[in-house]
Amino acid sequence: MSNFPFLSVLTVAPLVGALVVAFLPRRRPDLAKQVAFGWSLLVLALSVVMWVSFQADGDRLQFRESYPWIPTWDVNFTFAVDGIALVMLMLIAVLVPLVILASWHDADASKRSVPAYFALLLVLESTMIGVFAAADVFLFYVFFEVMLVPMYFLIGSYGGHQRQYAAVKFFLYSLVGGLFMLAAVIGLWVVGGKTFDWQTLTQVDISTGTERWLFLGFFLAFAIKAPFFPFHTWLPDAGRAAPAGAAALLVGVLDKVGTFGILRYCLPLFPEASKWFAPWALALGLIGILYAALLAVGQSDLKRLVSYTSIAHFGFIGVGIFAFTTQAGTGAVLYMLNHGLATGLLFLVVGMLIARRGSSLISDFGGAGKLVPLLAGVLFFAGLASLALPGTAPFVSEFLVLIGTFTVNKPVAVIATLGIILAAAYVLWMVQRTTQGTLNPELTEVKAMHRDLTLREKAVVAPLIALILLLGFYPKPVTDVINPAVQATMQDVGKTDPAPEVGSVQEAAQ
Amino acid sequence: MTELKLPSIDYPSIAPILIMLGVALLGVLVEAFVPRPRRHLVQLTLSLVAVLAALVMVVLNADARLVTAGGALAVDGPALFLQGTILVLAAMSLLLIGERSVERGGAFVAQAAVTAESADDRKQAEGRNGATEVYPLTSFAIGGMLIFVAANDLLTMFIALEVFSLPLYLLCALARRRRLLSQEAAMKYFLLGAYASAFFLFGVALVYGFTAGIPGRSAGVDFATVHAAVNESPASEVLLFAGMALIAIGLLFKAAAAPFHVWTPDVYQGAPTPVTGFMAACTKVAAFGALLRVFHVAFDQTAWDFTPVLGVVAVLTMLVGAVLAVTQTDIKRLLAYSSIANAGYLLVGVLAPTGAGVSGTMFYLAAYGFSVLAAFAVVTLVRDADGEATHLSRWAGLGRRSPFYAGVFTFILLAFAGIPLTSGFMSKFAVFGPALESGHAWLVVAGVLTSMVLAFPYLRVVVMMWLSEPGESTPTVAVPGGLTATALMIGVAATLILGVLPAPLLDLATDAAAFVR
Repeated sequence: MSNFPFLSVLTVAPLVGALVVAFLPRRRPDLAKQVAFGWSLLVLALSVVMWVSFQADGDRLQFRESYPWIPTWDVNFTFAVDGIALVMLMLIAVLVPLVILASWHDADASKRSVPAYFALLLVLESTMIGVFAAADVFLFYVFFEVMLVPMYFLIGSYGGHQRQYAAVKFFLYSLVGGLFMLAAVIGLWVVGGKTFDWQTLTQVDISTGTERWLFLGFFLAFAIKAPFFPFHTWLPDAGRAAPAGAAALLVGVLDKVGTFGILRYCLPLFPEASKWFAPWALALGLIGILYAALLAVGQSDLKRLVSYTSIAHFGFIGVGIFAFTTQAGTGAVLYMLNHGLATGLLFLVVGMLIARRGSSLISDFGGAGKLVPLLAGVLFFAGLASLALPGTAPFVSEFLVLIGTFTVNKPVAVIATLGIILAAAYVLWMVQRTTQGTLNPELTEVKAMHRDLTLREKAVVAPLIALILLLGFYPKPVTDVINPAVQATMQDVGKTDPAPEVGSVQEAAQ
Repeated sequence: MTELKLPSIDYPSIAPILIMLGVALLGVLVEAFVPRPRRHLVQLTLSLVAVLAALVMVVLNADARLVTAGGALAVDGPALFLQGTILVLAAMSLLLIGERSVERGGAFVAQAAVTAESADDRKQAEGRNGATEVYPLTSFAIGGMLIFVAANDLLTMFIALEVFSLPLYLLCALARRRRLLSQEAAMKYFLLGAYASAFFLFGVALVYGFTAGIPGRSAGVDFATVHAAVNESPASEVLLFAGMALIAIGLLFKAAAAPFHVWTPDVYQGAPTPVTGFMAACTKVAAFGALLRVFHVAFDQTAWDFTPVLGVVAVLTMLVGAVLAVTQTDIKRLLAYSSIANAGYLLVGVLAPTGAGVSGTMFYLAAYGFSVLAAFAVVTLVRDADGEATHLSRWAGLGRRSPFYAGVFTFILLAFAGIPLTSGFMSKFAVFGPALESGHAWLVVAGVLTSMVLAFPYLRVVVMMWLSEPGESTPTVAVPGGLTATALMIGVAATLILGVLPAPLLDLATDAAAFVR
């Protein structure tokens, strides 16, 4: 089964699905929803087969496929995954069907085409899978940029308040990062001997100055994408304006491209520069953890609050990556997965609350738990998972990041721990002000607030809750897959004196 | 007195030029002898057939690498590639020029000499058929461009410059509506163009002076002589550099590079939109073809001297184009500034002194030409009772009124912004790669930074079209006639195909990158 071209099929399949959905008649929105949902389930099924076929103790990159694309520049459609990418692909495959299910009625309210909304979601899935599956730097860049387009239209066409502003801001921020990366990609191509193959490029020896510039080009793009402080200002706007399902994908998966990119491209390709810049990156991570958490405490809008918590979590991931220990690295990757599940759940649940109330302001709620106990309970659970309560999956990852960091850099670990306290503050206050306390009389007048979780919504949250608990108690199946990949990445960085390469490369580097 | 010898002429290899100029002359006769109602069809068919025949000849010549017509013309890889590009883009432009179903009587005025805005003028704007002289004029312009990119000496280049410029000045003045703007555009273009030509000619004279006195060679302005003179001439280098600078000014004017760009927005706005498209696509190809030839064939040994200067020009061009595009409120002016910025990116490719630089520039020219023609084709369609609605505010909500054309235009704008899977991205890569390889990192960084700025105006139009609600004044999109629809579809398809599968054209450009001297 390992000969099956999983990655190219997984990349193309949602795109085909999107075409099918887009051409369904506008008058039959339900058909479009069903087809989109069914299609995403097929993708999930195929991903599960791929997960099973992946050999955790096998090669670093598996399922490699390569087809020529632009021979003049030596660009190939090369796909391959390591454990890190595999975990992210699974996350996408799990989240997209749930998001489609959760967004069932999101597009109905807008005056725009309903099939187009679901087609855009599938296009987004295709580009997200492509970005994690690419093993050719050019191909990665193509997906990295194209990914913006469906998200732009999801926010801009189907979003809420200030959607135009948020969509443009999102697009411009990402494009700016992307263009810096483009310069670095071309630079890498030139010094790397005109190849885009990731495996070949990891062997290339680059002069220190060039390496640092190229690192910066890539890092900037990823830091904007993730986002790290101080490039984060687009996320709260985009997160607030996007429809809840798209927001869950935006924060749950799209932003992981940033941290994934650092692990896959910055560290192995520019190991020396990574070490040189590590103190700065750690500082950005720490500032992110504390600053975003403080801002989250002060938010009055639910979706903006969740966006800020997410920025704080990305700070943890950043710290975990740049601590350069296998424990912290594994923790960071596990965090990427768990954050996708926990924050995805939180966004979806918050979306359900907002859809009922018709407002995303925290002050418009209050005591909602008395009307919709089950929904309030799920919100509480999602909040606890988000603050990394032991027993939920994020705890494992946060703990790994902190002990992995503590062994090499005590002050950083200590400061980062403060983030946990702040996390408790913003989550518990949010839960308290929305679902606990005295019942806001205005709430009882909203008819929809009397309707607790529907069967569809239960089907959305149940798998996520189950996964969060399962991985909280037994993360081994995932860590087994992640560990070898992280170890290999850390070895890339750890190599202090790379073997000298052929002369032509050095000449090209000058 | 020495005996005059007839130069040997390789007729097949210059057949495209002869066809275009011959048909242009034939078009003049058609104007004289064919009855008025039939002229439009006859002229359009004639010029389209000529362009296609010329294209066939270019393809048949594909392997030619020779200097012919007494050393006046070089039929080599770049010349043939660029001639082919010009002819394909010209065919698309002719389709736009020939369109008469979008606006009654076509985009051109019946009699340009009627006083603008007078009662007579308004009457002829109502529905009299447009002048059919535009076809021979266009054919002359195309013929001139074909010579321009193949010229092997500076004097031939100058004559070609005039042959293709003069018809363009006239074409600019022939817009059916907004006659004053159109006449103003033509006037500006003509006056500034005349200056630029004078600069060019003066530069040629100085370079001629510089080539005098090389042992064993007579003075001349053919590129081989100029090339040899750079190292061997005993004359002062001031002559060389002054001449080179003046020639560059003449060419950069046509290429719309800053600071010689000021005519561009006015002319692009005032000219009839099909002509604007023709200028944005074909003139750009011709101008950069000549720049490539002059700086890669004649003055290549002075690269150390001209690269910093032209590099500054390139950065300035990108900056001016990108920054001023942000403030535009008229779609044609926005596209004009975008075309200026693109001239800057093209210059980055020209400055890479390698075959990859030449092929990258040529690929960029072809890709950009298709996209920009498609863009102007859409502009001709968005209209109300007063003709084209070019003010940006009028495009608000177009996506709701006409999702197909708004979608097409969005795709073209994404291509201009350089989003992958469009030709715009591939062409940026094609010029930035060789530039970085030749150590011009600063040009690439400037290119990347200005691309970010430039993304904003494009995105603003996308936001206008899709995310704004349609207002009372949102114009409708006219149903295009078959001609515009064909041109539009070719442009969009090329933008997509060159973005997804650029390999064939890239290979072609790579194989054609070597000049003969």
